[in-house]
Amino acid sequence: MSDALVPPAPAEAPPSRWAWLGRLWQLSTGRFGLIVVMVVALTAIIARVWTPFDPQQVEIANRWAPPGWPHVLGTDATGRDILSLLMAGARTTVFVAVGAGVVATLVGITLAALGALTARWVRESVAVFVDILIAFPVLIIAMMISAVWGGSLWVVIWSVGIGFGVNIARVTRPELRRVLHSDFVLAGRASGLTPAQNLVRHLLPNVAPVFIVQLSWSMAVAVLAEAGLSYLGFGAPVTEPSWGLLLAELQQFITVHPLSVVWPGLAITLTVLGLNLLGDGLREATDPTLSRERGAGRVARTHVPEVVA
Amino acid sequence: MIRYTLTRLALLLLGLLVASVLIFLTLRVLPGDVAQLIAGTGSTPAQVAAIRERLGLDQSLPQQYLDWIGGVLRGDLGTSLLTGSTVAGELAEKAEVTVPLGLMSLTIAVVFSVPLGVLSAMRRRRADGTALSVAAQALAAVPVVWAGMMLVVVFAVWLGWLPAQGFPRAGWGDPWNAFRALILPALTIGIVEGAMLMRFVRSATLQAVGQDHVRTGAAKGLTRNAALIRHGLPDVGLSVITVLGLQVAGIIVGAVIIEELFTLPGIGRMLVSDVSARDLPKVQGELLALTGFVLIVGFVVDLVHRVIDPRQREAS
Repeated sequence: MSDALVPPAPAEAPPSRWAWLGRLWQLSTGRFGLIVVMVVALTAIIARVWTPFDPQQVEIANRWAPPGWPHVLGTDATGRDILSLLMAGARTTVFVAVGAGVVATLVGITLAALGALTARWVRESVAVFVDILIAFPVLIIAMMISAVWGGSLWVVIWSVGIGFGVNIARVTRPELRRVLHSDFVLAGRASGLTPAQNLVRHLLPNVAPVFIVQLSWSMAVAVLAEAGLSYLGFGAPVTEPSWGLLLAELQQFITVHPLSVVWPGLAITLTVLGLNLLGDGLREATDPTLSRERGAGRVARTHVPEVVA
Repeated sequence: MIRYTLTRLALLLLGLLVASVLIFLTLRVLPGDVAQLIAGTGSTPAQVAAIRERLGLDQSLPQQYLDWIGGVLRGDLGTSLLTGSTVAGELAEKAEVTVPLGLMSLTIAVVFSVPLGVLSAMRRRRADGTALSVAAQALAAVPVVWAGMMLVVVFAVWLGWLPAQGFPRAGWGDPWNAFRALILPALTIGIVEGAMLMRFVRSATLQAVGQDHVRTGAAKGLTRNAALIRHGLPDVGLSVITVLGLQVAGIIVGAVIIEELFTLPGIGRMLVSDVSARDLPKVQGELLALTGFVLIVGFVVDLVHRVIDPRQREAS
């Protein structure tokens, strides 16, 4: 795929598969989202090998150091370096976001395919089932799973994955139905592709734009859910660095050191904002009908995400 | 209309059925023996058997489910394993905190999001309109828990106007302090929920601008804004009603976290502690009550929307 990243194009060049990336970059929302998401992902990777201090290293003599040098954002009640904790927390966040994204993809595609491509009674029942499941708040699913297996990051991944997978299915299903009747799918069927081959080769690539947008938003939900559930004690175990856990810990000292809670909250907010805007930008960059009528049509379809945390 | 109501009612009942089965089955797949878990390690087989019988675990799964649902239909949501009190009774008691909290949050969310959302749409090409919409976008990304902490820092720690935590021991017997205790929690949920609602109101308003009846209003001599307010706002109101169901779900979720943060003795905090304690019969009843409530609100919202939207009335 060396020819893949062709820059956004002299007019006569054939439209590249990756042209949307250029369009995304030209949108202020998309650019902001992309940069934030890259920074968080990069931080998570760097934190695997290097953080300014060992994030779990307790140093009582140096507790509650104010922001400065060498502790850029100060230290917490046990003298742990807050910047290092935040960097290490990014790892947990990225892990949960990616995990929830994978589960949501699997659940979403399966339900959408069942709801669009099967016999009439199956697909109608799946659609009703999806409509019912959509009413379950993610946090309720998480509580249900935690009550049985206890809390862990996997609880967050599964609950957001299932909860948002249903959303993805609901949005992707009508797209699949629409594409199903297009000429290239018929041509594929006529040339002897099995339904599964047709799904992978023609159907999924054509619903991918709708789907990727949802995925970006579901990752935002996952980040919020991780923070909320870890705060409640159903997410990350105390040995794991997590922004939500850090908030819970710092909250106990909020009357004495009120400013310390600013940092983890800011990290969560920025990450969620980045993923939300990336989703908004992706939708605009990949939806041909939206890019044609810039303006009212584009803002009119702002999504309303579900609150989870 | 009658046909629509019946179809929607069937969907609601189906939803309640699916929800109850899912909750029931999920809480039964616990690896190992619940009765053994409750009895503890030092228990005799006879004690375990007694607990098993008390919980009805010696029955078949379908029988257990029917017993449970039969009880629920008679208003018996189950009994706590740890305290022996009834779930319905505890829910009613804790609702005294959570219901006012939810209503206050919803009021705050609607009161601040509808005017600001309309304003930010009407002034979308000006700096203030853009600033409002950026603020809504940013606020919608704030985790509820952190929003609560920041409000505590400002209004409780720095200004000292409101309590940072807790609820008066006398409950609503001490109405002024009970009300004060709920202000910051309701403000927290209201702001975060309101930010979502504001974005929705903004896009609904922008959609209304393009509608024929609004354009007609402008054509017969109203200013654009007057036409929007007189003919467009009813549309906006309708679309706000459609998302109210989602908002109620959001407020319940927010209440779980916020009651924990502000140590309020409400339903959310009870659920958190019961899940931590693995009081499964109680959790089962609470989850059913909460999801049932969300489903019923969705049902009512759909019906109300159907009744007051003239376009929908004609369609049916």
